[in-house]
Amino acid sequence: MTVPADLDRRFRDAAARTGLLDASYDVIDSELGPLLAAVTDRGLARISFDPDPDRELDALARLAGPRVLRAPRALDETRRELDDYFAGKRTVFDLDLDLRGLTGFTLRVLDELARVPYGQTATYGELAERAGNPRASRAVGMVMNRNRIPIVLPCHRIVGSSGQLVGYGGGLERKETLLRLEGAIL
Amino acid sequence: MMVAVTSIPPFETFYAENAGDVLRLLRRRLGRDRADDAFQETFLRALRAYDRLRHGEHLRAWVLTIAERVAIDAHRRAGEPTDELPELPHLDGRPAYEELAFLTDTLPAKERAAVVLRYGYDLDYEQIATALGSSSDAARQAASSGVRRLRRRTT
Repeated sequence: MTVPADLDRRFRDAAARTGLLDASYDVIDSELGPLLAAVTDRGLARISFDPDPDRELDALARLAGPRVLRAPRALDETRRELDDYFAGKRTVFDLDLDLRGLTGFTLRVLDELARVPYGQTATYGELAERAGNPRASRAVGMVMNRNRIPIVLPCHRIVGSSGQLVGYGGGLERKETLLRLEGAIL
Repeated sequence: MMVAVTSIPPFETFYAENAGDVLRLLRRRLGRDRADDAFQETFLRALRAYDRLRHGEHLRAWVLTIAERVAIDAHRRAGEPTDELPELPHLDGRPAYEELAFLTDTLPAKERAAVVLRYGYDLDYEQIATALGSSSDAARQAASSGVRRLRRRTT
């Protein structure tokens, strides 16, 4: 038996209101295609360019706990800020982030990444230097590659040493789209 | 010996797999109109207990028993005559606890439910308590006095 959409929605809203969910997610439409976004009680935990939840649910459960549910209401603020960003009306995100499990160099790199301003770029080497280890640009590349919260933690603003767009978890086309949106490239 | 334990699936997966059957059961017990509130209540009860599950086995039996419990509560609130205890779920048209039936059929209802859920479905006492609407201590007591009663009979 298929559960009617309004009943399904009512349960998901009620579940979000209990505050018991370890992670809530939804699929959000964007300029870059559908994005899967997930929040926990600590903040935004995940943005994925692959909107198929099957590949994300287990990872979210491992990160935050088994009570993972699609609960669109819990993503209202995230959705609003992403919509504004893609409409060119927002240059800074005002969302708490859930970076649990990350330590040391990775956290320092992400902290520096978050400071790279809208519409500007930095190189892997520059980011490595700002994070306190100028020779670790390859390690910075790995941190960018594993970034759980792309767009909001703007790894698209990190470019090769001569400014070329190299490597992006979501594909180079998306990186280009984001930099163009921000006016960083023409 | 290593025993493979089914890990607990993300709640979304559990919900997606069982929502249709829960709704069907509740509509049969309560009618279309009252089934909606009971549907929400069933999955909220499951959600409250979900992080205390120790394994992911027999979740279908568990949630169907919760739904039966919720239906009984709804009947009771409406002042309608009702059973004391939820009917135990039949899976695939055949009770999965069939091997136990010849033993447990003679037990008092509460002990029977606790013994079958504990030993037939391998649910832990927290799960049984959620399913039967009692405390885990009460579920443990019902199961152990059921087992004592069976021992007395079979020796």
